[in-house]
Amino acid sequence: MAVRRISSPLTNDVVKGLKTGDAILLSGTIITARDQAHKYLCSGGNPPVDLTGMVIYHCGPVAIEGEDIWKIIAAGPTTSIREEPYEAEIIRRFRPAAIMGKGGMGKQTLKAMEECGCVYLHVTGGAAQYLAKCIKEVKGVFMQDEFGQPEAMWLFRIEDMPALVTMDSYGSSFHAERELASFQKFKTLLNRKFESMK
Amino acid sequence: MVSPMHRVALQKSMLDLVHRTCTELPEDVFRAIETAYQHEEHGSVAQQTLFIIRQSAQSSAQERLPLCQDTGAVFAIIKAKPNKELFAINEAIKEAIRSLTREGTLRQNCVDPLTERNTGNNIGDHAPMIHTHPWDGPAQVFMMLKGGGSENISTQYSLPNEGLCAGRDLDGARRCMLDAVFQAQGKGCAPGILGVCIGGDRTSGYIQAKEQLFRKLNDKNPSAQLARLEDVVYAEANMLGIGPMGLGGKATLLGVKISPAARHPACYYVTVSYSCWATRRYAVELDENGRIARWL
Repeated sequence: MAVRRISSPLTNDVVKGLKTGDAILLSGTIITARDQAHKYLCSGGNPPVDLTGMVIYHCGPVAIEGEDIWKIIAAGPTTSIREEPYEAEIIRRFRPAAIMGKGGMGKQTLKAMEECGCVYLHVTGGAAQYLAKCIKEVKGVFMQDEFGQPEAMWLFRIEDMPALVTMDSYGSSFHAERELASFQKFKTLLNRKFESMK
Repeated sequence: MVSPMHRVALQKSMLDLVHRTCTELPEDVFRAIETAYQHEEHGSVAQQTLFIIRQSAQSSAQERLPLCQDTGAVFAIIKAKPNKELFAINEAIKEAIRSLTREGTLRQNCVDPLTERNTGNNIGDHAPMIHTHPWDGPAQVFMMLKGGGSENISTQYSLPNEGLCAGRDLDGARRCMLDAVFQAQGKGCAPGILGVCIGGDRTSGYIQAKEQLFRKLNDKNPSAQLARLEDVVYAEANMLGIGPMGLGGKATLLGVKISPAARHPACYYVTVSYSCWATRRYAVELDENGRIARWL
C-alpha cells in the first residue's frame, strides 16, 4: 500500500484528494471529542478552538499531569458510531476536515461529509501504545472539570499516525460495503442447521 | 482477624493482579493474534491492522503501560472461605483500583449517571463490580477489565426469535451468536472472543457469559455437545469476512466459550458477552499470608 503523509488542519483540496481505501500518515494538530463534547457542541456550546479544517479524534486518553506538562499514557480510538446523532450537525456547523475514530459512522454523517467535504479516518482500536507514541505534545486540554478527564477535549500535536480513509467526501463508505458483504455471508449461514446430539 | 501484615500482602497482591491485567495481553490471546497475523493475506489491511495490534501489545507489556486507553470496567470474582479475609480482599481490590487510578494506569472510567460527574477514582455506586463465591479451597481472585466498546455490543436474546428463525435449541443459540458477531461488525474491536450463556435468567445469563471469558482459548469445554457448538460457531463466524477492526479479513473471532445455565421452563435466553481482541483477564491463587501463590 502506498502511504500518503498529510497534515492537520487540512485544506479542502487535500480532503478532496482522499478516497476510501487510502492509507495515510497524519501529522499536525488534532482535537479529541467524545460523547460529552459532542452533546455540548450540538446544544449551543462553542468549541475551544477553531475547528475549520481540523481533525476531530474520538478518543479518551489516559493522561497524567507532570509539572506544567501532560503525559499521554494511552490514546487509542473509541467507537465512533455513538456520535452518529451529533456528527452531521457538527460537520455542517464547524466544518472539520476529518473525523477520526474506529468502527465507522452511519448514513447521516456520510451525507454531511459529502455536502461539506469531510472524510472519516479509521485507526486501530485498542492499539493505545502504538498510537500514543504518535502524540508528541499536549497543546491544551479543555472542559476537563465539566466532562472529566477522558471526556475532556485534548488538543494534540501528532506525528505520522497511521490511518485508513474509510469514508470519503464522495459518498463512499468502506464500512457500509463490508457490512453488506458480511450480510450476504450471514444469510447463507442461516440456511445451515446445527444438529444436537441426543 | 486479618493481621496488618496480611493486609499489606493482600494490597500488594491485588495491585500486581490489576496492574498486570491492565498492561499485559494474556499469553493465549497474544498467540491467537500472532496466528491470525500469519494467516491473513500478505500486505492486506487485515494483516497491517494485526501488525499494529501486535506491536502495541508488545510495547504495553514491555513498558508496563495500559494495553488500551479504555482500561475498562472492573469485573472481579473472589472465591474464598466466607471469613474476615474475604472482606479484606474486597477492600484490597478497591484500594488497588484507587491507587492505580491515581497514578494514571487506570483511566477514570466511573460516571455518576444522575450528575454526569466523573468520580475521578473509579469508585461509585455498585462499582467496582466485585462478586464473591463461598469456596472451601485457598482464596482465588479473578480479575477482568472490560472495555466499554465491547460491552456495548454484548447482548441477550430471548428465544424463539422469529427474525433469526431461532428456536429453543442449540441451533437457535448458534443463530443468535452469529447474529451478535454480525451486528458487532468492527465496533467491538474484532477479532473478538465470545463468552456465551445458554439458559439462566436475565441476570445470571450475563454473569455466566462474562465468566466464560476467563477460560483459556485452548481449553476444552467439558460438554462434548457444547465443545462442538463452540467449534462450529468459531468456524462460521470466521467465514463472515468482518476481519480485524471490521475492515475485512479472515480473523473475526479468536474463540467461543459457552456455558449452560439451568433455565425456567418458560425462558430460553442466549446471552453473548463480546470481548475485544484486547481481552484483559488474569486470576491468582493466594497463600495463607495473602501473597500470590500462583497465577491461574
